[in-house]
Amino acid sequence: MKTVLSLSVNGTTRDDVIPDNMLLVDYLRENIGLTGTKVGCDGGECGACTVLINDRPRHSCLTLAVTCQGARIETVDGLSRDNRLSALQRGFDEKLGAQCGFCTPGMIMASEALLRANPKPDEAAIRNALAANICRCTGYVKIIEAVQFAAEIANEIADEALAS
Amino acid sequence: MSTSEQDIIPVQSIGVPKPLVDGPEKTTGKAMFAADFQSIEALVGRILRSPHAHANIIRIDTSKAEALPGVKAVVTEADCSDSYGVLPIAMNEWALARGRVRYRGEPVAAVAAINVATAQAALDLIEVTYEELPAYFTAADARADDALDLHQEKPGNIEREVDFDLGDVDQGMAAADLIREVDVRCAEVCQVQMEPHAAYAEYDPGRERLTIRPSTQVPFYVHKMLSRTMGMADSHIRVIKPHIGGGFGSRTETLQSDLIAGLLARKARGTVRVVLSREETFITHRGRPESHIKMKVGMKADGTITATDFSVVQRGGAYSGYGIVTILYAGSMIFGLYDISSVRFKGFRVLTNTPPCGAFRGHGTVKTRFAFEGLIDDMATELGLDPFAVRRANLLVAPTMTENDLLVNSYGLDQCLDWAEAASAWKVRKGKMGPNKGLGMACSHYISGASKPKHWTGEPHATIHLRVDWDASITLLTGAAEIGQGSSTVMAQCVAETLGVDMSRIRVIASDSAVTPKDNGSYSSRVTFMVGNASIDAAQNLKATLVAAAARKLEIAPEDVECLGEVFRGGQQDQGLSFDEVVMEALKGEGTITVKGTYDTIPESWGGKKYRGAAIGGTMAFSYAAQVVEVTVDPYTAEITVDKVWVAHDCGRALNPLAVEGQVQGSVWMGMGQAMSEETQYHEGLLLHANMLDYRVPTIIESPPIEVGIIEANDPHGPFGAKEAGEGSLSSFLPALTNAVADAMGVRATDLPLTPDKLLELLEKKARDIKASGRAA
Repeated sequence: MKTVLSLSVNGTTRDDVIPDNMLLVDYLRENIGLTGTKVGCDGGECGACTVLINDRPRHSCLTLAVTCQGARIETVDGLSRDNRLSALQRGFDEKLGAQCGFCTPGMIMASEALLRANPKPDEAAIRNALAANICRCTGYVKIIEAVQFAAEIANEIADEALAS
Repeated sequence: MSTSEQDIIPVQSIGVPKPLVDGPEKTTGKAMFAADFQSIEALVGRILRSPHAHANIIRIDTSKAEALPGVKAVVTEADCSDSYGVLPIAMNEWALARGRVRYRGEPVAAVAAINVATAQAALDLIEVTYEELPAYFTAADARADDALDLHQEKPGNIEREVDFDLGDVDQGMAAADLIREVDVRCAEVCQVQMEPHAAYAEYDPGRERLTIRPSTQVPFYVHKMLSRTMGMADSHIRVIKPHIGGGFGSRTETLQSDLIAGLLARKARGTVRVVLSREETFITHRGRPESHIKMKVGMKADGTITATDFSVVQRGGAYSGYGIVTILYAGSMIFGLYDISSVRFKGFRVLTNTPPCGAFRGHGTVKTRFAFEGLIDDMATELGLDPFAVRRANLLVAPTMTENDLLVNSYGLDQCLDWAEAASAWKVRKGKMGPNKGLGMACSHYISGASKPKHWTGEPHATIHLRVDWDASITLLTGAAEIGQGSSTVMAQCVAETLGVDMSRIRVIASDSAVTPKDNGSYSSRVTFMVGNASIDAAQNLKATLVAAAARKLEIAPEDVECLGEVFRGGQQDQGLSFDEVVMEALKGEGTITVKGTYDTIPESWGGKKYRGAAIGGTMAFSYAAQVVEVTVDPYTAEITVDKVWVAHDCGRALNPLAVEGQVQGSVWMGMGQAMSEETQYHEGLLLHANMLDYRVPTIIESPPIEVGIIEANDPHGPFGAKEAGEGSLSSFLPALTNAVADAMGVRATDLPLTPDKLLELLEKKARDIKASGRAA
């Protein structure tokens, strides 16, 4: 069976005919070429495929694309605005939260969901928000620092916007 | 204001924290990993694997699979021209099993089809007839007298027996005040890098050429093994390394999936994408072998070690791989950390019907270090010595050669000990931690690249090309494999520093065999030391060219040219020439500037000849580490919480302190997984934990803060004095943890991983023993 899937991906509305058994991660990577989202496991183990569905972090490898009818999907490919790195992208870059970079898209999207809900998270909140995301390079130390840095600069950016 | 009035200083690029040059690609999702390449015509490659741990292959019938519409190629061993492997003397593996399968999951056949469903259906149509053979899942079973040989040329299933007896062990034991023994078992562990193995292969049937993008740490070795397996000219193959999602040694050898992608693409006369599942990636393995270590150490009352006598048995898996090297490291690397001279070693690398082991981070050294550091800690306690004191009683003095002829030119272990002791407040906290809490410490070291190359061709260890053209940007061409460790960044830093220019002038192009010079790859922590030095050499050659051009233009002698990176001038009063102007001058009559830099190790670093294989361990420089681990143990569940780790790592000059910290934290943490939770387990050769949850990779929840102290005992031969940073601090975590548990609970753990069930058993035994001794009294 096939379905016409209407949704928004990184701010662009789309209509695509897809098989009903297609996973969201395959739709994103194979059908529309957004390969920023990664597959690191055989389903729900590692979190590398984390995307935002209506602002909430979800494993795209455990989500059927058809269940995203009318949803707002965001992936790491769409986080930069006006060709500027987002606060989290800067944090993971400048604080070395990314070494090999394979878990990074999922880490950044899970962190993005956290910061939208809780702009000033403490360390425990960061650990809880990233508990479903595995990294094999960093020991997580610099990932926590990257998120903390991003929260700081995001708040500064927000303060500046208010002041102007 | 004219240039001459400004304070012009060359840009500093080393010794300052630098984000990775390819960082933004990774944080924006633009970085292309092997599985990210796609095209409308790309076929899906899938692998049929053996259901048996050991069996003869009687017949393979692929006719039904070939007849299935949508199937474009089916390959078996008949499509392979030759075997492959790591060491020239032990290439006994085939991309697809020939005649016999030796572990469950070994590739037997592969298909390329138009989509996943067709590929999967085709696999089901391949008929393989097996004749089952007795299979051996432990080293002991494989070594039994009546065991069948896995490989005809390896009688008794011994891949390699290593034997050395250096100094005078018997005299050393006789001189000891205390002799103690330990019997240690460590589980097999797997790298579990985040990216499952993948390869994207394009075959051009008209020109009979192959272009492949494999997820590898060693593009050059993959290139050699592709030509060998496929019977193709090296020159008809192009290997391009994409972004790599970690390695940790799992990809320091050619993997079947790399070769199968090439074979399928040629047979299908098109493009094939092979992406392994996580389960298949576990089965591909190449991890650290299960090891059994018996060790005896003699010690004087002041902590001086007088003799060490030990044996290591490794369960190596079904094929040779790096096996010989691993068992040699397990022996030779007892040296180089402390001043010990009398050592007897016996090592057995055993072939078994389990997936082949490989070269996991800290290759061969980790379990030996675990046994040694736990044993000397117990001996220190017995002698009433502080754990730091017993290490300090056995320090080396550099420069020196060890008893097995390893060159030690720089040595920062004493400073590492000082830092770890102070940072953890050891002196005031040790022994006063309160119930169920403890502090433990241990030391370790690692090589900065194996000095004697595996393939002795007479080529330099490393070669770098620099190219400068009219746009005045510097293109750095390297074969070194960036796998996330930051190798491209280190090279750009070395070149920028040597020239005094900003790193933004430098563009790194890495690992494309059609474009970049050959490099042996990213393993044995060789890249910073060897390729870093080659980068400096290349930059010096470029500088000479630019200075000569500036001298021409300024009409002064080259030795009078002051090179300030972005400005070349004849003296302070001279406004000078900009970098761009100098480049334009240098291009006159010459065209595009291309220069080369190389690096070679010195023969003194090649290791010794006192026993067969004594070159293994030979390196230009050792890194050193000391760490303190703080734990809390739940006395009822025996669950261990690592509260904090303080780790000092001597990496010589820290070229990029940010990356050094990242590497050291990652190493320590990987040691933690191995010490506390990670273990591959098999039932009759069937992998039980082929996913990241059951295998138990630590999550962010149970991962501790890791404070890093960078110690800079510069090496005279290192690039700006640098040594390795990515492996040396892994192995000391394991004994530091069990030493901390011993401090907290009074029990000695000798069986890793130290899971709660094992620790609970130790605690209950201790309680029983106390009760029994109370009754006896």
